[in-house]
Amino acid sequence: MVPERGHYKIFLGMAAGVGKTFRMLQEGHAELENGRDVVVGLLETHGRADTAALADGLELLPRRRVAYREQRLEEMDLPGILRRAPEVCLVDELAHTNVPGVEHEKRYEDIEDVLAAGIHVISTVNVQHLESLNDRVAELTGVTVRETVPDQMLGRADEIVMVDVSPEALLDRLRAGKVYPAARVDAALNNFFRIENLAALREVALRQVAEEVEARRIVTDVVGTRNELLTGAAPQAVGERLLALVEPYPGAQRLVRRAWRSAQRLGSQLDVLWIQKPGQRLSAEQESALVALRTLCSVLGANLLVEESDLLADTVARVAAERGTTYILLGRSREPRGLARLRAPLPQQLMRRLPGVDVRIVADRALRHESIP
Amino acid sequence: MIPVLLLIAGLLIGLACGLVIPRLRAREPRDARASATRQILLPFTGTTLSRRALEAAMRLARVEHATLMPAFLATVPLHQSLETPVVRQCEIGMPLLEAIEQRAVAEHIPVDARVQRGRSYRHALCRLLDAEHFDRVIISAADDPRTGLSGDDLLWAIDHANAEVMILRPAPEDTRIISASGVEGHF
Repeated sequence: MVPERGHYKIFLGMAAGVGKTFRMLQEGHAELENGRDVVVGLLETHGRADTAALADGLELLPRRRVAYREQRLEEMDLPGILRRAPEVCLVDELAHTNVPGVEHEKRYEDIEDVLAAGIHVISTVNVQHLESLNDRVAELTGVTVRETVPDQMLGRADEIVMVDVSPEALLDRLRAGKVYPAARVDAALNNFFRIENLAALREVALRQVAEEVEARRIVTDVVGTRNELLTGAAPQAVGERLLALVEPYPGAQRLVRRAWRSAQRLGSQLDVLWIQKPGQRLSAEQESALVALRTLCSVLGANLLVEESDLLADTVARVAAERGTTYILLGRSREPRGLARLRAPLPQQLMRRLPGVDVRIVADRALRHESIP
Repeated sequence: MIPVLLLIAGLLIGLACGLVIPRLRAREPRDARASATRQILLPFTGTTLSRRALEAAMRLARVEHATLMPAFLATVPLHQSLETPVVRQCEIGMPLLEAIEQRAVAEHIPVDARVQRGRSYRHALCRLLDAEHFDRVIISAADDPRTGLSGDDLLWAIDHANAEVMILRPAPEDTRIISASGVEGHF
């Protein structure tokens, strides 16, 4: 009989030192006091005495040693955890990349095996490890994080708890030597741990949790049961998510820029969609416009999607549903020709197919004066 | 009976023509028109652009029936991928691009904007020049040598751009600029 999947709880933080591991261990003690069989599958204390002390009283499973390039490195012992089969397992730093040669490349994949064995897991991660935020965090902080995890990984958690402290408090902890050893404090203060970096990361982390909460609320309202909620591919976490419809011609860039500004104000993601007719050959002008659109989207951090279809409204509706779009922006349509005159205009078709999604037609303001008599 | 059949046949032929002809028209390649258009590149890096440079570029575009191509240049530090989004810089560059484009479109000058990243402004400009052909490049020399394209960059552009390069020297009396505040309406 296949065991029921374990409960998955993640403590999410804006940066090292906010207290994720501490909270994970506190949770472990609480479970232990409630009479559950708790083990620590993997603990990273980073030399913090307080953290190490809090692990006292919890069963710590030994790490296994893995040979790699004439070295012996330590990794979490996945087979050991599965053999021990506790009720609750604490696994620190789920974004960690394993040494080659063990069962999985990433630790969050090990956790999936533990959950599949019916073991409840409590884990930790920092927001900069989320794949979709990686570039944004790199630009905000100047630090590129190599160990990333797909965003859907958060969607597989039953609970996400934000561990939050103010940037000022975190800096105080850093200066007091509670985050890194004294020798590393100055370097940390001068690089990653600057107040503007921390404030930006905190905003990103808080927004991420808010979006997860929102996405779960929406899916629960629609789907109803917890099992369906877990298996249903939840639309990506969204307060708002914008979709701009474009065609490859120079004027499309203005629409993308306006959509991007709106997305900036709403703090939301922007998708840009071009629906290409099947077999459509692009002119040199269109090719050039498409390259320019790609570059613009890349620079702005927007996602350019190209779909091939003859059914414009249906395809937009499908993409909007898949991406969790809440807001569609489109430019002024060309005058319809032939039988197209009999069809409802695209905005009306979209509103009918996507109830609850705002549709905005972006005006060409540069021509506004001309239209005023 | 025959007139009715003729009428139906006529209607069907008319309907078919109505469907087919617009489709054929829509598929006509526009390459010829695109390749004949002259392109004037107007690169900029900061929050403002000399009004004189913009007006010069627009005047030339009008006279030459050319497309004005304002281009925002952004830089990416070495430790980041060159493809990293540069959202903060875009918060400065996009409104200015919008203001430039609005002015040009209002004067019926075709506009096709560009954005390019590089390790330096010169590198971004180099990538732009490598990627496309431009007939003219109009560069507004900055008052402050610490901002935007440096004197060396301008010399480099003259040497390397496969186009006519026009550098507009900043004049003391030239205080008119275009900035994001020039955007019409909500942006």
